[in-house]
Amino acid sequence: MSASADLALRTPSPINGDDGAPGFGIYLHWPFCAAKCPYCDFNSHVRHAPPDQARFAAAFARELATMREATGPREVTSVFIGGGTPSLMAVETVAAVLEAADRQYGLPDGIEITMEANPQSAEADRFAGYRATGVNRLSLGVQSLIDTDLRFLGRLHDVTEARAAIELARTIFPRLSFDLIYARPGQTLEGWTTELNAAIDLAADHLSLYQLTIEDGTAFKRLHDARKFRLPEDGLAADLYALTQEITTTRGLPAYEVSNHAMPGAESRHNLTYWRYGEYVGVGPGAHGRFRFENGRRVTMAERHPERWLEQVERVGHGTAEIEQLTEYEQADEMLLMGLRLTEGLDLACYEAIAGRDLAPERLTLLIDEGFVEPLGNSRIRATRAGMVVLDAVVADLAA
Amino acid sequence: MTETPLSHIRNFSIVAHIDHGKSTLADRLIQSTGSLEEREMKDQVLDSMDIERERGITIKANTVRLEYTAKDGEHYVLNLIDTPGHVDFAYEVSRSLAACEGSLLVVDASQGVEAQTLANVYQAIDNDHELVTVLNKIDLPAAEPDRIKEQIEEVIGIDASDAIPISAKSGMGIPDVLEAIVHRLPAPKQGDPNAPLKAMLVDSWYDAYLGVIVLVRIIDGRLKKGQTIRMMGTGAKYPVERVGVLTPKMVLTGELGPGEIGVITASIKEVADTRVGDTITEDKKPTAEMLPGFKPAQPVVFCGLFPVDAADFEDLRAAVGRLRLNDASFSYEMETSAALGFGFRCGFLGLLHLEIIQERLSREFDLELIATAPSVVYQLSMTDGSEIELHNPADMPDVVKIDHIKEPWIRASIMTPDDYLGPILTLCQERRGIQQDLSYVGSRAMVVYDLPLNEVVFDFYDRLKSISKGYASFDYQLSDYRQGDLVKMSVLVNEEPVDALSMLVHRSQAERRGRGMCEKLKELIPRHLFKIPIQAAIGGKVIARETLSAMRKDVTAKCYGGDATRKRKLLEKQKEGKKKMRQFGRVEIPQEAFIQALKMDS
Repeated sequence: MSASADLALRTPSPINGDDGAPGFGIYLHWPFCAAKCPYCDFNSHVRHAPPDQARFAAAFARELATMREATGPREVTSVFIGGGTPSLMAVETVAAVLEAADRQYGLPDGIEITMEANPQSAEADRFAGYRATGVNRLSLGVQSLIDTDLRFLGRLHDVTEARAAIELARTIFPRLSFDLIYARPGQTLEGWTTELNAAIDLAADHLSLYQLTIEDGTAFKRLHDARKFRLPEDGLAADLYALTQEITTTRGLPAYEVSNHAMPGAESRHNLTYWRYGEYVGVGPGAHGRFRFENGRRVTMAERHPERWLEQVERVGHGTAEIEQLTEYEQADEMLLMGLRLTEGLDLACYEAIAGRDLAPERLTLLIDEGFVEPLGNSRIRATRAGMVVLDAVVADLAA
Repeated sequence: MTETPLSHIRNFSIVAHIDHGKSTLADRLIQSTGSLEEREMKDQVLDSMDIERERGITIKANTVRLEYTAKDGEHYVLNLIDTPGHVDFAYEVSRSLAACEGSLLVVDASQGVEAQTLANVYQAIDNDHELVTVLNKIDLPAAEPDRIKEQIEEVIGIDASDAIPISAKSGMGIPDVLEAIVHRLPAPKQGDPNAPLKAMLVDSWYDAYLGVIVLVRIIDGRLKKGQTIRMMGTGAKYPVERVGVLTPKMVLTGELGPGEIGVITASIKEVADTRVGDTITEDKKPTAEMLPGFKPAQPVVFCGLFPVDAADFEDLRAAVGRLRLNDASFSYEMETSAALGFGFRCGFLGLLHLEIIQERLSREFDLELIATAPSVVYQLSMTDGSEIELHNPADMPDVVKIDHIKEPWIRASIMTPDDYLGPILTLCQERRGIQQDLSYVGSRAMVVYDLPLNEVVFDFYDRLKSISKGYASFDYQLSDYRQGDLVKMSVLVNEEPVDALSMLVHRSQAERRGRGMCEKLKELIPRHLFKIPIQAAIGGKVIARETLSAMRKDVTAKCYGGDATRKRKLLEKQKEGKKKMRQFGRVEIPQEAFIQALKMDS
């Protein structure tokens, strides 16, 4: 495909099914936001003057070409445009970067192409345009269906706008997901039951349900340290988590990852690549990539500052600030901590192939006896429901 | 240096409670006699260790020779021996005092007499000292010289009518102090310069350049460079290399005569070869009898010291060896613990001594240490008639083989504003104390208790300070060994005994101590995936129990492609942290938990 018109022609074709392979994804990071949300520690920047989108699009294209040289020809299984707020991108910008990705790698028919968007009406006006560039899955940052909580979370939209955006997106995109943040200050089990059921009623095929986390360097961190608000204590947070599993399972959107729920078959192909420890290239300010390189795995980390990234790409063809070649143990740790997040669990044979050793059999047996991990078939293990809610501790135990 | 007639020598020390201004007064005396130039002066000149300066305490005795021309035009030599004030060093203090004829009794003009002042002043009186009373900090608004004089007369029983008001800080009254030293303190008793050498070993310390330096007071005879001396207590002989005085810099004089205080070096390798209080004589022409009062140092409190990082064990071994070079009263032997690995069981003169050694190890040798709970020395009488000294609860023999156990008791004096007397009496009773005396001076009470040392080493002092808002002062001396109903309390975490936490306690205290330990550990051990019972037990019987509930939630909400690196690094840090934990079955206990659990409450 070479033009946005061609992409639009493929609208009716279904998105490819998941073959269970780790895959190879392309991640594109648009670093700008209209406002910084108080909980967010992602690489996002607010600009008073609108950025020169054409210049950024050209830089994305140039960096994609550099990445293609590093990875060699690969069969791409997904594209993800994240941010920041990608729905601040002009339709032409999205078209240009997707065209560039297609030029470099040749995007196969029917692959998942996701874009993140905010529900503000101004951005929703561009949904159809994005669809025409080939985007076939939209991920909306709804965050809550309660207006006061949206204001607490520093969101610029209200519930009415969010519902309208969801309605509209459902008619335009074959796949639709939205995010909610829960375990908010003052939230009760009853309140969350109502809100979550209402969210499922909106008939998206995928939900990302994140417990509110106080990240370093955020406005929430300062407010929380100053005791301006309190998070639910761990017991309630654990109960909210269990409730979430119960409701989503009953309503046909079971968890396939710690915080991600989907109708069977509607899992995010792109994100599965991260958790299955597949490969991906990262393009754009602050983007990370991980791909096979010289018999090992290479991590690329881009310059985070948008304009410095831009200038570097224009000067040397890429915005990479740091490169790391991972050792076997480092790869094994990453595979473990990513893989156990999945309901499908981790393939021990794959782990052993990468780590060059087996996974702490004695500790594994103990964790299985204690009910935090369970074997799945001959070669897989996964966290049980009890294990999932304390997964970081389980992983630390296994990795020690 | 021309020889000074005995009548023009004064040997004196300063007796004071901590913070009452002893070191500042010494600084002023040094300054106003011109012993050091202005640029050489710094605060607490005589306290050469960092710890001494920072904490405002004196650990090692030190001496300075002051040259003073009095108002009568005569030239005098004033030897000041600065002594440690703390009870842990009571023996060292007694030897320093024995080397002098008089003392300045320094009392803070607003705080008044404290328990420590009392213990030291009685020692001075025991040594037949003349006392010159000095009221310090007279310029502070809270000063009440008349009330304090009255208190001194009532509590100590000495005449305070001629007490000298001073401000060591501003220098006010210092000339009066110097005159009083000359006119009110006696000259040294007449010694015989031609008799065989008889000198007291007052103190010794290690100097990196000169080796062991010995502080001596000459009684009879002359001590000269080139002489071969003999330590009468140990029998060791040494050729004298240097003879001098401290001003406080060392100034070589070649010899010292009767009444004089000075220092010598004699190629002595270790401080342990010198015993405070020993008699030094000439090998060829020895004196007939030793000076009275010589006692070898006896450790009173023991604890285990372990490196936080097992790899530091050899460094710890070298460090304790080095400290021992300079402090013969500190003893050590190797110890192994299932919980803490390889370390040393160390003996100390008391709790302050223990704290100082620990601090010096961490500060001067950069070692991170875990100290086990301090324990006293128990005397075990076995059923087979044998006697065992128990320094470490972990070595406790099978109870059926023990006939009875004796523990050390102390006699403690506590002085306090009477507002706090009630809670203090309750504390002493709780700690198995037996009241011996209770008296009042104005609004201050002095109470004397017999207490088991075992109850005091735990957290007595901190509790005392906290219930009296810091106003009560406390001093003690060892009295005797008494039979007690003592049991070994073990601590079990997730059913596994933790050897480093076991202790000997009185049966009546076991439940309280056990509960305290379990509650503390519950706070200190991080939550695990499963619930953890924490128990204190005597033999097989659980006397206290807490349950640390299982972790409820610990999972990262968002983890995508850009998070893998950060999460991996976090995991690596966790793994690194786990290496520093001690494993008890499935339970990992951080080192920090041991340090905190074993720390006395504050």
